[in-house]
Amino acid sequence: MSPLLVLLRRELALAWGRGGGPLPALAFYAGITTLLPLAIGPEPDRLAVIAPGIAWLALALASLLSLERLFERDHEDGTLDLLALGGPPLEAVCAVKALAQWLATGLPLALAAPVAAVMLGAPPSLAPVIVLCALAGSLAFAFVGGMGAALALGSRRGGLLIAVIVLPLFAPPVIFGGGALSQAASGLGGTSGLLLLGAWAAVAVALSPLAMAAACRNALD
Amino acid sequence: MISLVQIEALAIRRGERLLFEHLDFTVAAGEAVALTGRNGAGKTSLLRAVAGLLRPAAGTVRFAGVEDADEARATGLHLIGHLDGLKGGRTAREELAFAARWTGADAAGLASAAETLELARLLDLEVRKLSAGQRRRVALARLVAAPRALWLLDEPLAPLDSVWRERIGGLMAAHLAGGGLMLAAVHDPLPIPARAVEIGA
Repeated sequence: MSPLLVLLRRELALAWGRGGGPLPALAFYAGITTLLPLAIGPEPDRLAVIAPGIAWLALALASLLSLERLFERDHEDGTLDLLALGGPPLEAVCAVKALAQWLATGLPLALAAPVAAVMLGAPPSLAPVIVLCALAGSLAFAFVGGMGAALALGSRRGGLLIAVIVLPLFAPPVIFGGGALSQAASGLGGTSGLLLLGAWAAVAVALSPLAMAAACRNALD
Repeated sequence: MISLVQIEALAIRRGERLLFEHLDFTVAAGEAVALTGRNGAGKTSLLRAVAGLLRPAAGTVRFAGVEDADEARATGLHLIGHLDGLKGGRTAREELAFAARWTGADAAGLASAAETLELARLLDLEVRKLSAGQRRRVALARLVAAPRALWLLDEPLAPLDSVWRERIGGLMAAHLAGGGLMLAAVHDPLPIPARAVEIGA
């Protein structure tokens, strides 16, 4: 079995074993999407308009949750040394870790997003656009978030630092995704927003492993 | 396979502090070098610099026998530090299997490592339930599971009892007899003949 596959399986096992996999993020997601309508008011018309946006923004916030431990736990116990000394380059290691993060939390959240939106009153016909948005968006959030996690290595209160680093970088995809959703809601299809979001996700997946690896090397030095 | 490690004019700086400079020595195939020195003299930093994890302030580390230094490090060395790199919440079997496969071991290597270090009874326990010495044995098992030429060991015997110190000494002797190299940071003498290099003297 290829070493990177071994690593992916281990990362998934770690996510499921210790943190309960996607459950904390899903619980947080359910929490936000239930509480927001309580704060905004129960009028179905108003809720239906903002439902896709809520589902989308809550996804971005929930993606932040388990990032803190992504590199920190391996740095603390010396595993990062081992990962840096294996056959595959550290960039590939970081990409696999971010991918595992997406599989363990981002993907389940993306599948929950249309359910939450429809529950809040969004028309079910929007569900496909919401799923596409959420899939591309959560993938980008996992990779960009991994970059924040690697940069915050070794700092105290890393979770806060990650949020500060990462949230500005979440702004473009949130805007693209929000644009796609409102286009789709007004019957314009939403393709252009989705394409922009997809492009942003592709760039994040391609470039952030380089930054993650550089930040990890820095932390090991 | 790495046949010689050559350390030339090496200097390591941690923050503002210069740990040592102008350090020159070589480790040849079949040779063990014991790094000695006070606490904080830079033994661990030297091991990490040889492993390529730490950038030296000056000087070079060269490997003979493999063209490219990065490749030599990725395929030719084991670093076992005072952090074992084992996750407390996972079983010893899972952790050993990952560390060994990551460094290139196959199933046969894993089985022989578990047998050599008598881990059969420990493998199904969570790592957090193991004693310090047992944890170290799990960490050292990857040396046997995935044979690599250069062993960089940081206080490898510290948590082990006298019986296991002897037996790990036997493993070291066998590794050297097979043309391996070893660089170990130690406070107590190694159970095998080794050339001592004092750091920060």
